[in-house]
Amino acid sequence: MGTEHAHPNPQAHDHHDEHGASHGSMREYVVGFLLSVVLTAIPFWLVMSGAIPDKQTTALVIMAFAVVQIVVHMIYFLHMNTKSENGWTVMALIFTIVLVIITLSGSLWVMFHLNTNMMPMSVHDMGQLP
Amino acid sequence: MAIEAEAHTHWSPLLGRLWLDAIPQEPIVLATFVVVMLGGAALVAGLTYFKLWGYLWKEWFTSVDHKKIGIMYMILGLIMFLRGFADAVMMRAQQAMAFNGNEGYLNAHHYDQVFTAHGVIMIFFVAMPFVTGLMNYIVPLQIGARDVSFPFLNNFSFWMTTAGAVLVMMSLFVGEFAQTGWLAYPPLSNLAYSPWVGVDYYIWALQIAGVGTLLSGVNLVCTIVKMRAPGMTMMRMPVFTWTSLCTNILIVAAFPVLTAVMTMLTVDRYLGFNFFSNDFGGSPMMYVNLIWIWGHPEVYILILPLFGVFSEVTSTFSGKRLFGYSSMVYATLVITILSYLVWLHHFFTMGSGASVNSFFGITTMVISIPTGAKLFNWLFTMYRGRIRYELPMMWTVAFMLTFTVGGMTGVLLAVPPADFVLHNSLFLIAHFHNVIIGGVLFGLFAAINFWWPKAFGFKLNVFWGKVSFWLWVPGFWFAFMPLYILGLMGVTRRMRVFDDPSIQIWFVIAAFGAVMIAGGIGAMLVQFAVSIWKREELKDETGDPWGGRTLEWSTSSPPPEYNFAFTPIVHDLDAWDDMKRCGVERPTSGFRPIHMPKGTGTGLILAGLSTALGFAMIWYIWWLAAVSFAGIIGYAIFHTFNYKRDYHIPVETVEATEAERTRQLAAAGA
Amino acid sequence: MTATAHNLDQPKLQAAFYDLNEHDHPEGGSTMLGFWIYLMSDCLIFAMLFAAYGVLGGSLAAGPGPKDLFDLPLVALNTAMLLFSSITYGFAMLAMEKGNKGGTQAWLLVTALFGAAFLFIELYEFSHLIHEGATPMRSGFLTAFFSLVGTHGLHVTFGMIWLFTLVVQVAKKGLIPANKRRLMCLSLFWHFLDVIWIGVFTFVYLMGML
Repeated sequence: MGTEHAHPNPQAHDHHDEHGASHGSMREYVVGFLLSVVLTAIPFWLVMSGAIPDKQTTALVIMAFAVVQIVVHMIYFLHMNTKSENGWTVMALIFTIVLVIITLSGSLWVMFHLNTNMMPMSVHDMGQLP
Repeated sequence: MAIEAEAHTHWSPLLGRLWLDAIPQEPIVLATFVVVMLGGAALVAGLTYFKLWGYLWKEWFTSVDHKKIGIMYMILGLIMFLRGFADAVMMRAQQAMAFNGNEGYLNAHHYDQVFTAHGVIMIFFVAMPFVTGLMNYIVPLQIGARDVSFPFLNNFSFWMTTAGAVLVMMSLFVGEFAQTGWLAYPPLSNLAYSPWVGVDYYIWALQIAGVGTLLSGVNLVCTIVKMRAPGMTMMRMPVFTWTSLCTNILIVAAFPVLTAVMTMLTVDRYLGFNFFSNDFGGSPMMYVNLIWIWGHPEVYILILPLFGVFSEVTSTFSGKRLFGYSSMVYATLVITILSYLVWLHHFFTMGSGASVNSFFGITTMVISIPTGAKLFNWLFTMYRGRIRYELPMMWTVAFMLTFTVGGMTGVLLAVPPADFVLHNSLFLIAHFHNVIIGGVLFGLFAAINFWWPKAFGFKLNVFWGKVSFWLWVPGFWFAFMPLYILGLMGVTRRMRVFDDPSIQIWFVIAAFGAVMIAGGIGAMLVQFAVSIWKREELKDETGDPWGGRTLEWSTSSPPPEYNFAFTPIVHDLDAWDDMKRCGVERPTSGFRPIHMPKGTGTGLILAGLSTALGFAMIWYIWWLAAVSFAGIIGYAIFHTFNYKRDYHIPVETVEATEAERTRQLAAAGA
Repeated sequence: MTATAHNLDQPKLQAAFYDLNEHDHPEGGSTMLGFWIYLMSDCLIFAMLFAAYGVLGGSLAAGPGPKDLFDLPLVALNTAMLLFSSITYGFAMLAMEKGNKGGTQAWLLVTALFGAAFLFIELYEFSHLIHEGATPMRSGFLTAFFSLVGTHGLHVTFGMIWLFTLVVQVAKKGLIPANKRRLMCLSLFWHFLDVIWIGVFTFVYLMGML
């Protein structure tokens, strides 16, 4: 599959775009930049002004902004698309995201339960431990 | 331990912690040191006398040929295997005699190093080089490629792995190795409890070898994704290539975790950080959690390629296409993902509670389903096949019997309440040796017997192979079945002396098994020697001695530097079998010059500098650390200024090589 | 390709099973994919550091916490520096596409300038914390904080070394395919670091100040 020239075999269909990544255009970079500025400014403003009184809601909102901004960077700066390298880059990314979610949430879950079971105390008390 | 701390307080700017007291006083180590030094001196003298240094440097050390790198990995694995096995024999002997007040012959400091070194060496410097070497050699040939995607990185990866092995070997004679067990759990591995160089040797050996492993993983993933012969779609890839792909994906996704955890332990030890300390808010259990996120996928990194080997061997020696090819592929993929969902079963007893334990217990049981499916596929491949019990097939059958037992005791351990009883007992030791020896090692022996003729052009001697087989397989059962029984009685791992004389008999039986295994290893070395000696009689000129099915058997044995004069085009699974059935003849004219990568010494030089860096960090020789680190960065940048990294094999050379192959084939056919 | 194949004559069979007119494969066909896979592995290193921060973030050991230490306007400034460097690297890539050697080098140097500003601000923040006694040795929280943010900073540092190397290589060899490939790899690396930084400022700084 990885050859760049015509050969007698009908199955080899991916001669083009061998390097996979496109380089974007001025418009893409500027749009990505402006979106990023907005998506960064709003969470900073939310936290610094305390516009939403409930902390948990604020946390969820800024996390949502982070996720959206990561997607924006992926599309406008890293030029991710499902076609480059026959989709292998996107596949690698999805696999990595799945693993990051498994390991991060798994570690937090496991360690939180450990602390609750073996060292039952509030987060505030934990902060005061020597 | 506290005594150790007081014993080694010397530090000087020039040599750091390195001082005369770094040379071990134990007579066993001193004797080994003398033997190794004499052997090393004889080797160096021999190589110099026969003027082989230039040959080795030019044809092997600086070679970027995946086949030579593969063979060098196998040699590294074999050498380290002998060291790791020596550690095993020492442990078996100690445990068989240390009863009734007898302290045995190893003191605690030495014994703790022996069991740590045994585990570290067997996993990182035996199993990993063997598996990587095998994939390196076979995968490009199976997919019809001329080399890997990044030939220089391949050479660099090999030397980084070797650098790690060199550091481990060095610890035997300069200083000490870790006394923590093979995963170096804190707080024992923290500076307070392991103040001298043992854990530092451990950290830097793993860190440096880890770089090599990670890069070779990236390399082989790219090779399989990008360099397959035209027509070889994903579902036409040989099963060994599939399992190699999944293994390398696991390497790329798991080894960074090890790197991160080792770095955290490093900053804890060197800078007084508090990741895993007992006070100041650190969490030692976090280390256990993180390292098993690497550790469990690692188990599958080791076994998956061998599942591929068994698939190739079974279908070749049954004379049939593999039963359930696509189920085999999907089972491999499912194992790849699931291997990230089971890590907690290594520490059920930590205390995370019922919900966490039941989740990980169930995922662990689930992962045995795809593995079971594979076993049935192999059995159905054999069913009604014309089975030839050559050596690779014998090892495969031994694997099926042994591994199934190991797998079932694993499912037993996956039940959290049972694990609470068996955790850290000899039952666990018996279980993982049962799967690693019965799976990984037996698989490697099958692979070595299977592909040796491809790599060297002659088969291995069958008689000594059978001697080795019949010593190894019963030897394994003698060595490890007693440990299951002892584990069920509640005997824990890593014990140096025992109080209860009634259990001594089991340790004596286990020691007898170890002796049988030693005989098996000896017979295997004899097998290699006899085969090399009688290579003319055992010669294979066809390049296809077993009636193979995949592309590596379509080229000569050993394959030429460029592997294939013309890249094959694939139309079916088992491409070479397809070509044979269609009666296609090998083209003998119209050759072209072949574009190949050039050898380079950069990998060896960078790995040498990395060894110096590791050694300097271990011994706190800060100036040498700074110099070697700057050297690594500087030399790496210097290397990137070299843009001429390829050349063409002239058409005359290709013609001459292929004419020789034509002559060989004619001779074999006659 | 079985039953019918026997009817073909040998040259046709050979042409069907061997690539008889093969040309050299251009170098570096796997480089971008290989580098991307390396970045994915790097991503997992950061995942581990985030996990450590998530678990140890509350372990203050009776020491200072995020609210005592973090200075959000400074972090916002730092974020801006990195974002600017991202778009200027983008401009360097656009100049490269046009074959504009001088433009590429100039934008690379501008990127390096923003990168240096980012590192300078980060080091200022670190030294400020250490002067206040909030050293990485003080608590599990500070260990995890310094390690996560510091690892990101080290990546930026190596990115800068790489960037200067490439400026020299472009000057020596011009925008040849090998150099273009390297610039594209560094582009991935640089934008990837910006993505990691989104995680850092959200999870460490902003959520720490809640």
